[in-house]
Amino acid sequence: MKIEMNRRQFMIGSGSLVVSVLLPGLSKQAIASSSTMDGSRADLGPDQLSSYISVQEDGRVIGWIGKVDMAQGTEIGWIKIIAEELDVSPDAVSIVQGNTDQTVDQGGASGSTGIWKGGAAFRGAAAEARYTLLNMAAQKLAVKPERLVVNEGIVSVLDDQTKSVTYSQLIGGRQFNVQLEWNKEYGNELAVKGVGKPKSPAQYKIIGKPGVQRRDIVAKVLGRTPNNTVDVKVPGMLHGRVIRPNVAGSAPVSIDKDSVSHIPSVQIVWQKDFIGVVAPREWDAVRAARELKIIWSDVKPPFPDQKNLYDHIRAAKVTKRDEEVKVGDIDLAFSAAANILEAEYEWPFHSHTSMAPACTVADIRDQEAYLWIGGQKPHHCREGIAAMFNLDEHKVVVKSLVGPGSYGRNDSGDVSMDAAVLSKAVGKPVRVQAMRHEATGWDPKSPASVHRARAAIDKTGKVIGWDFSTKGFSRREFFRDEGSPERTLAGQLLGWPLKPVWLLGVPSESYSFEAKRKTSDTIGPLLDRASPLRTSHFRDPGGPQIHFASESFMDELAVATNMDAVEFRLRYLKHPQDLEVVKTVAMKASWIKHIGARKQRRDDVLVGQGIAYAVRGATRVAVVADVEVNVATHRIWVRKVFVAHDCGQVIAPDLIRPVIEAQVVQTISRAVYEEVKFDRNNVTSIDWAGYPIIDIKDVPELIDITLIDHPELPPAGAAEATCRVIPAAIANAIFDATGVRLRQAPLTTQKLKIALGV
Amino acid sequence: MSRQIELFIDGQTKVIDADPDMPLLYALRDNLGMQEPKFGCGLAQCGACTVLINGEPVRSCSMPVASVGRAKVTTLSGLTTEKNMHKVQAAFIEEKVPQCGYCINGWVLSAVALLNQNPHPTDEQIRDALTGLKCRCGTHLSIIRAIKRAALA
Repeated sequence: MKIEMNRRQFMIGSGSLVVSVLLPGLSKQAIASSSTMDGSRADLGPDQLSSYISVQEDGRVIGWIGKVDMAQGTEIGWIKIIAEELDVSPDAVSIVQGNTDQTVDQGGASGSTGIWKGGAAFRGAAAEARYTLLNMAAQKLAVKPERLVVNEGIVSVLDDQTKSVTYSQLIGGRQFNVQLEWNKEYGNELAVKGVGKPKSPAQYKIIGKPGVQRRDIVAKVLGRTPNNTVDVKVPGMLHGRVIRPNVAGSAPVSIDKDSVSHIPSVQIVWQKDFIGVVAPREWDAVRAARELKIIWSDVKPPFPDQKNLYDHIRAAKVTKRDEEVKVGDIDLAFSAAANILEAEYEWPFHSHTSMAPACTVADIRDQEAYLWIGGQKPHHCREGIAAMFNLDEHKVVVKSLVGPGSYGRNDSGDVSMDAAVLSKAVGKPVRVQAMRHEATGWDPKSPASVHRARAAIDKTGKVIGWDFSTKGFSRREFFRDEGSPERTLAGQLLGWPLKPVWLLGVPSESYSFEAKRKTSDTIGPLLDRASPLRTSHFRDPGGPQIHFASESFMDELAVATNMDAVEFRLRYLKHPQDLEVVKTVAMKASWIKHIGARKQRRDDVLVGQGIAYAVRGATRVAVVADVEVNVATHRIWVRKVFVAHDCGQVIAPDLIRPVIEAQVVQTISRAVYEEVKFDRNNVTSIDWAGYPIIDIKDVPELIDITLIDHPELPPAGAAEATCRVIPAAIANAIFDATGVRLRQAPLTTQKLKIALGV
Repeated sequence: MSRQIELFIDGQTKVIDADPDMPLLYALRDNLGMQEPKFGCGLAQCGACTVLINGEPVRSCSMPVASVGRAKVTTLSGLTTEKNMHKVQAAFIEEKVPQCGYCINGWVLSAVALLNQNPHPTDEQIRDALTGLKCRCGTHLSIIRAIKRAALA
């Protein structure tokens, strides 16, 4: 097929080459991570070993995975798992990730499951590949498989090393014809295993040790990344931009084509409520989107005044209550209480506001679709595109390239659909990169919420009941992926009605209060179509807001029961891994036992320490924040952060550390600086000035990370759990420094000054 | 409205046909097909589009292409040559700075300009010099480490 060949041949940066560069001052480093293997593998099912592992003619091993490493080093984790099981050098392993015509649907980047679930699939598949290869070698060398050893892909007889055969000789360039036991699930839950048993941790040579470097770093620093979405160019490609209304919910009524007639070769695409422009030159598309005169429909302002947001949440009708978590008899506990403590916490909408507005190149022609995306979930993108244009899913190919940092549901899914609609309309490939006001103003938001915590305390000061409730917008009002047209702005503008999933969440912990009740209520959207305040996933969805409330409240309970905040947690926590992270972080932070706010002054600052702990899946984390509050300006500076982190088996300690460090910085940003602003018509925080994030002047001087390795446990996720403990640790430290309890995020200087009456 | 404009980029002379008011960023990326710098905001707020113009960091998204004149434009890709790895880039690699890497133009090129003026900056001076640049991934601490490493190189 000619078009398909053109699409392959002319594309810049398809990620189809391993590029090695020799640069002055550096050893030879691979700067791209994809393989030389091209071509569709769509005929391979999820139960086939070859869907996950293949050996090339030169002996190089390829791992194929339907997940995506969002620049967290996950790829290296996969490489180490495969290299470990197969006894090959990590340098001999490459990963192909995400491409829908080459990998099985494993859910893309989602919920820190890259290593936890994706790594588990690789471990099972690689163990089976080794088992298969050893049996093949045994036959060839006429010995029992038990007598064979493997070193760097060479299988030899234990007591006669002259007898050997390589993986390449056994299977190089051919597919395994081996079936795995598959749990019949797709997405994150996909699991496979074979007859071959994975190694026991005692046999590990690669897992848990540092030293295998990320392969994208050199190219990114030198400006030579071969597979960036924004750099994709295909023949005949045009540039598109979509135009959003000033009042959310309004639609184009009429347009003045003459307003852009001075711009060369502009085409206007207007379908139902969707309107965009396409032009051969990017700058012309940008200008046309700015200059096209549109009359928009008159609609009622869709939003409440921002100052009434939390009252709106409190008063709103509940659409769904999640299943309650109940321990003991909560009503009895409160009726028996000598003392009841109660507090309420509030958390605003946050914007993903990725470093670059999302970019997609889409080519929708002849009942086929090709998309090059920088998003997290290429297989879901495929589903959405196939449904929108009524295409056979196998005729939709989504290539997964490098995009800006994304931590759940950023604007990528919307832009992919925008580009697809424009491409279909003009019959040419179209590249869309959103503008900043769309990426910040119109990306999916993380939900605003209100949390109410109550505790029953008996006359001895023991907490006998804890009642925690969350109420807010759904974390999946706009779903978590673009797997159906109504989960995109373009889909909704073209008439697909919103189908929310009602879900928010409750704290995740192991406090052993005799009675507990945890409830979570979701409320309906403020605008049910193409809303700039539609809510979805943003790193650790629901986690930061819920645990800001629950772990601030634990601090308040410690004070109310006359206990030190660390001792309080150690008294009530029961899981040994929970106790270990709390004890470890207290020791690392040189925690000094105290009750209540110390308000200690050092030179011109008040200093305070705060602790918080939580669980996420099988990952447990405790942090201590050292915060300074300037006595003159009341600037809040999180000066030091100590983290004790237990994610089970550690695969790559040197790569987990930067992931945690950056998570700490990003979550300080959310907790102290970030809040989506809106008026009754629309979101008004639409750029970096309106939606400030943390500045380098305000980042901590130290982030101290202790990894607690449990090689005997499965590896759990490391890219989200720390997000949920940072906000409360800061609030608790501000309390220690000033005596002020800030119960509404962001934890700003302005709020602190109001509370202090200065 | 569009006219021939000559630019001096990474040691080479380039001629493009463009609207003189078009930002330099679009000349580099669209007219000349260069991979760097990157579009981040178009508002000079983030630094993803930074280039050096006669050694000074400039936000190319907000500089009309015609105003560049005969000035020397250096991009991230032009810092390191076949013969010479730039010490700031070497340090950013050693410290494994980038996650997504979209912000990297601003940090590396601003660090180059800082070290040219002040070869041994304190932490405070590094923070002051780089204030305003954005990194959404949160890699700031590794950036400070990298600049201190480059200062020692």
